[in-house]
Amino acid sequence: MSASPSTAHLALRCENLHRYLGQGEGRVHVLRGVSFEARRGKVTAIVGPSGCGKSTTLYLLGLLDRPDDGSIWIADQLMSNSSDLERTAARGEHIGFVFQFHFLMQEFSALDNVMMPMRKLGKLSEPEMAERARSLLNDVGLGEKTHRLATQLSGGEQQRVAIARALANQPAIILADEPTGNLDATNSGIVFDLLTRLAKENGQAVVLVTHNPDIANRCDEIRPMRDGLFV
Amino acid sequence: MSLTGIIFGVGFFIVTQAQTSGFEEFFVKTILGTNGAIRIEDRFQDTMFYMRAAGAHTESKFEVASPREARKYIEGVEEPDAMMEALRKFQNVSGVSTVVEGSVVADSSFKNDTAKVMGIRLEDHLSVSDLAMQVARGSGSLEDFRNTPQGLLIGKVLADRLAVSVGDSIILRAGQEQRRYRISGIYSTGVSDIDRVRIYMHLGEARSLLKKTTGASFIQIALFDRKRAPQDAEKMEKIFRHSAKSWQEREESWLQAFSALQISAALTVSTIILISGLGMFNTLAMIVIEKTKEIAILRSMGYTRQDITRIFIWLGATVLVLGTIGGWILGYTVTYGVSKYPIKIRGIFSADTFQVYSTIWHYAIGTLTAAVVVMTAAIIPARRAAQLEPGDIIRGTSQ
Repeated sequence: MSASPSTAHLALRCENLHRYLGQGEGRVHVLRGVSFEARRGKVTAIVGPSGCGKSTTLYLLGLLDRPDDGSIWIADQLMSNSSDLERTAARGEHIGFVFQFHFLMQEFSALDNVMMPMRKLGKLSEPEMAERARSLLNDVGLGEKTHRLATQLSGGEQQRVAIARALANQPAIILADEPTGNLDATNSGIVFDLLTRLAKENGQAVVLVTHNPDIANRCDEIRPMRDGLFV
Repeated sequence: MSLTGIIFGVGFFIVTQAQTSGFEEFFVKTILGTNGAIRIEDRFQDTMFYMRAAGAHTESKFEVASPREARKYIEGVEEPDAMMEALRKFQNVSGVSTVVEGSVVADSSFKNDTAKVMGIRLEDHLSVSDLAMQVARGSGSLEDFRNTPQGLLIGKVLADRLAVSVGDSIILRAGQEQRRYRISGIYSTGVSDIDRVRIYMHLGEARSLLKKTTGASFIQIALFDRKRAPQDAEKMEKIFRHSAKSWQEREESWLQAFSALQISAALTVSTIILISGLGMFNTLAMIVIEKTKEIAILRSMGYTRQDITRIFIWLGATVLVLGTIGGWILGYTVTYGVSKYPIKIRGIFSADTFQVYSTIWHYAIGTLTAAVVVMTAAIIPARRAAQLEPGDIIRGTSQ
């Protein structure tokens, strides 16, 4: 395993990513050599028309998918060819995800949902996990609703719980796929502000995919994509 | 639904096994209490034909173990007292009794019937049979038999056929000999084939009536550990050069029938568990389909494929544990209830209630069957869930 030249402020780096989706005649060359860097404390927006490869890039960077070619480094570790177990461990330790749909476990409370990544990582005791989860929920303005079931929260509140969950293990990288795509304008603003403020406070790199130009314009950097390449 | 199925499956498995084992156990107890664990009968000699054949193949001496078809049998035991003395030295032998047997015709004032006389020493025979209990179940007393040289103990069915009761006299005819005896007691073994023909009398009297002044027809043996009867019988056969038959060999056909019944019941009831397992498989497969998003999000948080598998295995294990505990309780309760159910059985044995006999093995095998079915039903969907690629699922959900 070779590592790229390490730079302290780089949380994530990829080079020349290629990805094909579909099979046979329906096979599409979605990414055509994408290279990208995400810096700690910075918020980067990936924008572009539907089908240009934004989400595919994000899933590759988040180790949720494997590239057909190219390299990905997370915390200076080459991860693109690593085993499923190594990738899974890296996701748990270094990456937090926020999706368009909150994907909360409906049968569990907000507190339990935020504690789930911590339970897997196993670095904190049960009381410490509960305390951190309460603190995060407090940060996203849900300190009074920690014991509510996910189904008893509004859409905006659920997405805020999802942000708290993404931050639970203090990951170096937050990857957000249309985090405000399912919210109204007010809630979009609240969720974006939360995500960027908390990430900056903790020195995390935030990469978000969005169609919303207002959100994109408020990011530190905008990377437009078209036809599987950054332009 | 699956849980209920497992409870009923395990419960009925226990009940049916307890019933079939109960009747088998009762049959075995009746047989042991009547005919003993081992019977040593005719002396045998290896035939010349067999000895030559054995020599041709081994190039040396004759083999000790010989096939039964290659033997010549000489009726009875010539030196029963010496053999009894030797048999008492076997560690597993709890009692031995010399028996002289012969056919007679029994005449009552009402009618006559053929019967089989068994000459016994009472104290010896009580140590190898349940005769005391069988007389208590009938009528009369052993004490009267013990003190009456011309006393008889006759089977209940035979007594009914001859229309005689305790205190009556009957005449027994054997060859040219005929003598009058007094009925001291009427016994009931519950086995109608025995109760219809067997008459117990004192050994000396039987020798005299049947003109068998020496020897014995057979020696009946009781054992401490009845399961070791085949091994002990084999050893006795080798040592004494007499045919020795264990109760398992004598009752092989009945035991096979019970065994077949037990397996059949187990297979039938296992289908309930199997159907419940299929129900559970469907439920878990549906959960996998419904919870793909949750599985993907867990994977994105760092949960491994093994973690996902474990979740489904836990679901299965929970159903299994609750199902088997419920099944045990149901099985125990129904078995107890069935044991009190009145039913009159006469034939190969006599019983007035359902016979049940539970062992820890019935519970263990029922649990094992449920474990195999439930865990198989859980593992397949669990593996399917673990194979899901999080990227594919989330991409599919986002589009």
